[in-house]
Amino acid sequence: MADEIVLLDFWSSMFGMRVRIALAEKGIKYQHKEEDLRNKSELLLKMNPVHKKIPVLIHNGKPVCESLIIVQYIDEVWNDKSPLLPSDPCQRAHARFWADFVDKKVYDASRRVWTRKGEEQEAAKKDFFESFKTLEGELGKKPYFGGETFGFVDISLITFYSWFYVYETFGKFSMEAECPKIIEWVKRCLQKESVAKSLPDQKKVYESVLEWLGRE
Amino acid sequence: MAKSEVKLLGAWPSPFVMRPRIALNIKAVEYDFLEETFGSKSQLLLQSNPVHKKIPVLIHADKPICESLIIVQYIDEVWTSAPSILPSDPYDRAIQRFWAAYVDDKFFPTMRGISAAQGEEAKKAVVEQVAEALALLEEAFGKCSKGKAFFGGDRIGLLDIAFGSMLGWLRVTEKTNGLKLLDEAKTPGLAKWADRFCADAAVKGVMPETEKLAEFSKVLMAKMRGAPPPK
Repeated sequence: MADEIVLLDFWSSMFGMRVRIALAEKGIKYQHKEEDLRNKSELLLKMNPVHKKIPVLIHNGKPVCESLIIVQYIDEVWNDKSPLLPSDPCQRAHARFWADFVDKKVYDASRRVWTRKGEEQEAAKKDFFESFKTLEGELGKKPYFGGETFGFVDISLITFYSWFYVYETFGKFSMEAECPKIIEWVKRCLQKESVAKSLPDQKKVYESVLEWLGRE
Repeated sequence: MAKSEVKLLGAWPSPFVMRPRIALNIKAVEYDFLEETFGSKSQLLLQSNPVHKKIPVLIHADKPICESLIIVQYIDEVWTSAPSILPSDPYDRAIQRFWAAYVDDKFFPTMRGISAAQGEEAKKAVVEQVAEALALLEEAFGKCSKGKAFFGGDRIGLLDIAFGSMLGWLRVTEKTNGLKLLDEAKTPGLAKWADRFCADAAVKGVMPETEKLAEFSKVLMAKMRGAPPPK
């Protein structure tokens, strides 16, 4: 029986992008459904009644929610190629730890960088740079967070790249100047087809933010 | 494995610390429980978890593992011969991880918010949110347990550990605020599950008595009130 895979997504969601990359890494064919977040579909509300959020992966009618949980699910089901998590339990724990760090620290700070002003924005920028400096420390001299191969932590973080122009413009800074090692790592990741085709254009994301703010 | 090979940095009142303790008990792994002094952080903690500086930290053969649910999964993956903590089916694993994340991201902060709420109206609103969260968890219990004793089936699993570890503080919150949050009328499945969970051999020795936890809560509240205001 052929697998039926549907992804409920939103084009500029860094969480949705994570799932797109994972599916691409595994070479999985799926149906992509773009949601209008101001008018959520019946299907989304039915498949994720608890949070009503994207991304949702629907595998043969059964929903999986929360981007990092979905990526682990994809890795465990399609375990015949391109492992996304390491096989060693200690390295797996470290990978989960750093992906969790991205969710807890990077997401929150990055959101505040472009939504706040004045002192609050300065505080957000401080947290933002601190979290990226910590990540640079963790990356060290490795080509990827996963070591020699692109993996779970890389997937969790690379999707923020599509929002860098938003952060830079609102926060008035340059990622290249502040976090050069991260930019080097970004360039390496962008050479991968799974990443390049899953990330939207930075300027388009910025324009959509302006449009969203103009509507508020 | 020598006892000193496995260390757990923690503190008895913490529900997060309880999680790896339950997991290690399930796996019958002996470990050194290194209790942190309340109000200060040891050198070992700061060295082992420089990023968050928080307990629990599992130190296995000198390698630190942080974040309670990550530690529990690590324990399950290293000690493979004893009963499994996560289900073998990837979909069931995803469901358990989803609800465990819900406990941490939604349930726990909301429950904690009851004691922090200022005034009757605010408190009532938070209590209502907790009731809604418990209703969702009651439904999840029905689906996950499939008529068996635990979220994990016949035996305690990841989600039992994630949610069950909150029971001590849930009972203290009920006691302190004169509330009945988990009860036979509104959440019959969870009410019975809670008793089974607390009675389980892997849990009994590490679940603090409600009285003791309530006393500790008073000390904690007093210290937080007495503390200088944050800048």
